[in-house]
Amino acid sequence: MTYAASFRVWRGDVTGGDLQDFTVDVNEGEVVLDVIHRLQATQAGDLAVRWNCKAGKCGSCSAEINGRPRLMCMTRMSTFGEGDTVTVTPLRTFPVIRDLVTDVSYNYDKAAQIPAFNPRPREADGSHRMQQVDVERSQEFRKCIECFLCQDTCHVIRDHEGNKGAFAGPRYLIRLAELDMHPLDVTDRRDAAQDDFGLGYCNITKCCSEVCPEGIHLTDNGIIPLKERVVDRRFDPLTWLGSKIGRRPKD
Amino acid sequence: MTTTAPRGTGAVTPGRGDGGPAPRRAAIRARHLRTDRWWLQPLITVVVLLSFVVYSSFRAFQNAYYFAEPYISPFYSPCITTGCEGDTFPEFFTGPSFISPAIYILVIPLGLRATCYYYRKAYYRSFWLSPPACAVGEPHKRYTGESRPPLLIQNLHRYALYGALLFNVILTYDAILGFRDETGEWGHMGVGTLVLLANAALLWLYSLSCHSCRHIVGGRLNHFSKHPLRYKAWTQVSKLNASHAKFAWLSLFSVAIADAYVFLLATGTITDFRFF
Ligand code: SF4
Ligand code: SF4
Ligand code: FES
Ligand code: FES
Repeated sequence: MTYAASFRVWRGDVTGGDLQDFTVDVNEGEVVLDVIHRLQATQAGDLAVRWNCKAGKCGSCSAEINGRPRLMCMTRMSTFGEGDTVTVTPLRTFPVIRDLVTDVSYNYDKAAQIPAFNPRPREADGSHRMQQVDVERSQEFRKCIECFLCQDTCHVIRDHEGNKGAFAGPRYLIRLAELDMHPLDVTDRRDAAQDDFGLGYCNITKCCSEVCPEGIHLTDNGIIPLKERVVDRRFDPLTWLGSKIGRRPKD
Repeated sequence: MTTTAPRGTGAVTPGRGDGGPAPRRAAIRARHLRTDRWWLQPLITVVVLLSFVVYSSFRAFQNAYYFAEPYISPFYSPCITTGCEGDTFPEFFTGPSFISPAIYILVIPLGLRATCYYYRKAYYRSFWLSPPACAVGEPHKRYTGESRPPLLIQNLHRYALYGALLFNVILTYDAILGFRDETGEWGHMGVGTLVLLANAALLWLYSLSCHSCRHIVGGRLNHFSKHPLRYKAWTQVSKLNASHAKFAWLSLFSVAIADAYVFLLATGTITDFRFF
């Protein structure tokens, strides 16, 4: 079943741009990225769009569809009515390069600042051993495909460009949580989480969790546990005292 | 070989504060492009929370109709002054008569809910509009979140939890007292008993599913394998934690319903149906 759909796509670059209207064919079973490709093939040969896998695994095709951050390759056309106009815009939080392509290097800069994985010494036989139950929590965050939809939707930087220096964004807060929970890692990142990566800026309103295409529970399993760990270190007089008199080994 | 740009050449220089050059974002005038009813959720939250605040303030200041043998309203328990109706808790002191006994104990349940991770999400979104919904622009010029006072105080949430757990014990005790009749004879039960029991159960579910509770029972450990019992406890709390928001609302309603039930009994509007 083919029908003609109305699309509005943002076209432009740093000097300016606007939403442009298109009418384009849609076939049964297609996703938004298919339709964008058809536009490219038939009506707008120079439409810039980034994509790779078309399977929701490379994290390249992030955009905003009807105002919601989503992967274009994982958004089925069947979620819209045939009469609906589908609006596709680039990620708002990052500088635009052209059309639907944005410059996401903010994220790479933040990633590079995080203190790297620092395992305890190897065991006598030269191996690193850990139990599955110990590493399970960290593994949830390893599912991240770095699509940066969470970074895009987080109001801390989306609505306040000036916070980008102080705040690393949800993707990197869960990276900190992943390392802090890791059974082999020995670096304490709790002070850095608060002071250098802006954990306190997050007001746990959970938009990052809402948009994550991998279904990672960023807030409940990553950011809130990290906040609690920071409380242990910084704000709770009892745990602070416990650690001073050696009653509370970090395990 | 792939070459990549050197670090730090991105649009944002790390460490930059407010101001700075124009962000070079895509020029999109609309504050948001969402087409769904994103405003419904915050609107419902505002209406429900405001109604609760109005009702509970009225009842807390009323200083009357909070006790109907053998039931006491959860707003007034533990009742710790000599001015208390009924005899459910040791009376510690005599306060000025214009201060309702509910006021002294308000700080614990209020403190718990005000600093609760779930309610924070709810009121930051619906009252403070920060953000009103995902990918909908917030109206504030500046934003520092919970990174500095006064909101830094949210970090003391676990102390409110400790107090609330104690209160849960007391409210459970109140529900058990409900197995008496008007004369203090044990072995009876009425609709009020069920109301108080349900309320106590929901309050336990709410506080045990708390994020701080999850952290304290086991979340703070990095080696679950060395602490099998705490790992088990953490697993159970984690299961409850997934429904924390639901318990937050249900227990809010149950407190109000339990209070309203006692109010109706105390004013003589209804009589308690007794099973035995
Ligand atoms: S929960 Fe925190 S990190 Fe996630 S989107 Fe909201 S403010 Fe940003
Ligand atoms: S956490 Fe989820 S939303 Fe964020 S970058 Fe990773 S996969 Fe994307
Ligand atoms: S193209 Fe790879 S995630 Fe969409
Ligand atoms: S009571 Fe809600 S998080 Fe603790």
